[in-house]
Amino acid sequence: MQTINSIQDEIIEDFSMYDDWNDKYEYLIEFGKSLGKLDEQYKTEENRIHGCQSRVWLHGEIKDDKLFFYADSDAIITKGIVGLLVRVLSGHTPNEIAESDLYFIEKIGLKDHLSPNRANGLVAMVKKMKTYGIAFQAK
Amino acid sequence: MSLNIPQIRADFPILNEKIRGKQLVYLDNGASTQKPQVVIDAESYYYEHQYANIHRGVHYLSQVGTDLYENVRKQVQQFINAKHEHEIIYTKGTTNAINLVAYTFGRKFINEGDEILITEMEHHSNIVPWQMLCEEKKCILKYIPLQADGSINIGDAERLITPKTKLVSVMYVSNALGTINPIEELIAIAHKNGAKILIDAAQAIQHFTIDVQALDCDFFVFSGHKIYGPTGTGILYGKEQILNEMPPYEGGGDMIKTVSFSGTTYNDLPFKFEAGTPNIAGCIALGTAIKYVQDLGIDNIRAYETELLNYATEKLSAIEGLKIYGTAKHKSSVISFLLDGIHPYDVGVILDNQGIAIRTGHHCAQPVMDHYGIPGTCRASFAFYNTKEEVDVLVDGILKAKKMLS
Ligand SMILES: Cc1ncc(COP(=O)(O)O)c(C=O)c1O
Repeated sequence: MQTINSIQDEIIEDFSMYDDWNDKYEYLIEFGKSLGKLDEQYKTEENRIHGCQSRVWLHGEIKDDKLFFYADSDAIITKGIVGLLVRVLSGHTPNEIAESDLYFIEKIGLKDHLSPNRANGLVAMVKKMKTYGIAFQAK
Repeated sequence: MSLNIPQIRADFPILNEKIRGKQLVYLDNGASTQKPQVVIDAESYYYEHQYANIHRGVHYLSQVGTDLYENVRKQVQQFINAKHEHEIIYTKGTTNAINLVAYTFGRKFINEGDEILITEMEHHSNIVPWQMLCEEKKCILKYIPLQADGSINIGDAERLITPKTKLVSVMYVSNALGTINPIEELIAIAHKNGAKILIDAAQAIQHFTIDVQALDCDFFVFSGHKIYGPTGTGILYGKEQILNEMPPYEGGGDMIKTVSFSGTTYNDLPFKFEAGTPNIAGCIALGTAIKYVQDLGIDNIRAYETELLNYATEKLSAIEGLKIYGTAKHKSSVISFLLDGIHPYDVGVILDNQGIAIRTGHHCAQPVMDHYGIPGTCRASFAFYNTKEEVDVLVDGILKAKKMLS
């Protein structure tokens, strides 16, 4: 099992292969498309992440003391972005998730490249995942 | 007369900007228009050489500023052909102007059971103030429904405007769809039923010649930033008699005649509605912006923008899987569209990466999106500084986005 940081480093390396943001978007789009659909039953208001122009849902559940995330969005680039977060954080303990430092976002230049609207969405996604971590940590 | 577009483009410094390494193609003029150098200069010249607070000082600078500021009021009066200078009220913009009317006219003259009529295509700023009023006064908000092409049916207006209607408040041009509404007819129907009518001209003032006396509307509002002027400026025109009957909006300096603890008397029009130190520099530069537009000639602008609209409509329609929302016969230079199966936001991001600025989302008109059952649209909106070459860049960008996203 990889650590949160080793997955982040992997993503940073993936992105470093592209100079052009067009290619990075291509990567995010392909990644977004490769992700499965979230089961309709989890597309609830409670799982909705607000602050994005597109609709985004995040569902979290605990299995063997590890927190697993499942996400979806009706915009494919957003799905790719939330998918990256899921790839980094899903499958770790609530404690690791709550304490994680998501430096890859800064490193791949994602935030600089997003409209303020989508950057807010990104902040909201991270916050929601960490809130899950903290909630399950307490249990 | 045709416009000299290269020369016009040279007047707008921002058009030379590179965005993400690409030449900026600015097609978000519906949200706001860029500023010509003369407007930028007017604002800074005032701060550099003429600045002081207005209306209050006997000293030289205060008088110069007051004259400049009041001259723009005269200029706006002539621009929209209002009968009196004091019918021109400075506001922060369209939203502020509509709220002013809702708060003053609405609170005084609209009561329980009375009706306010809007259209289904209104901007949120012409919906929410009325909803707030209705909550407070128990009046009823109704709307003229949209038809499939994004226009309204005048028969619906005739049916919905009744003696119960106290106010009709409609947009001249839809920011989301480009539809030009038949406001002359709506004004006539409103008046026949004893209702007052407000025209939201936020998307019209930069495209059409306006004559509020010929139109005979009761209120007419617009934002300075959509007519190449500064943000935080706007105009409320109201007929003298109605403005006089309305209570003041905000209380404070400038809007009073005398203040004492036993009672305060209010100033005359237009100052009654202009409490506090206004956006002096902005209003002065708004005058410069209006002059710039007048020098180009509104009719020349309209002719050129129509040419751009027709060219872009033809080019975009030829893209397979692209659907245009808003296909009314009378349209201004706005194209709202979606690519089949692709979220508008994704398209916006890919275009942005190519330096192309369009707007995506609901355009502050969620009921329009609900009407069509869509999350939002991509919207390209054109101004006189845009070119057919830029339309071609947009088309290439859309094709690229389509390829990447399907
Ligand atoms: C038709 C219409 N009405 C009102 C507004 C609100 O204008 P402002 O934000 O300048 O107050 C806009 C701006 O988008 C608009 O397009």
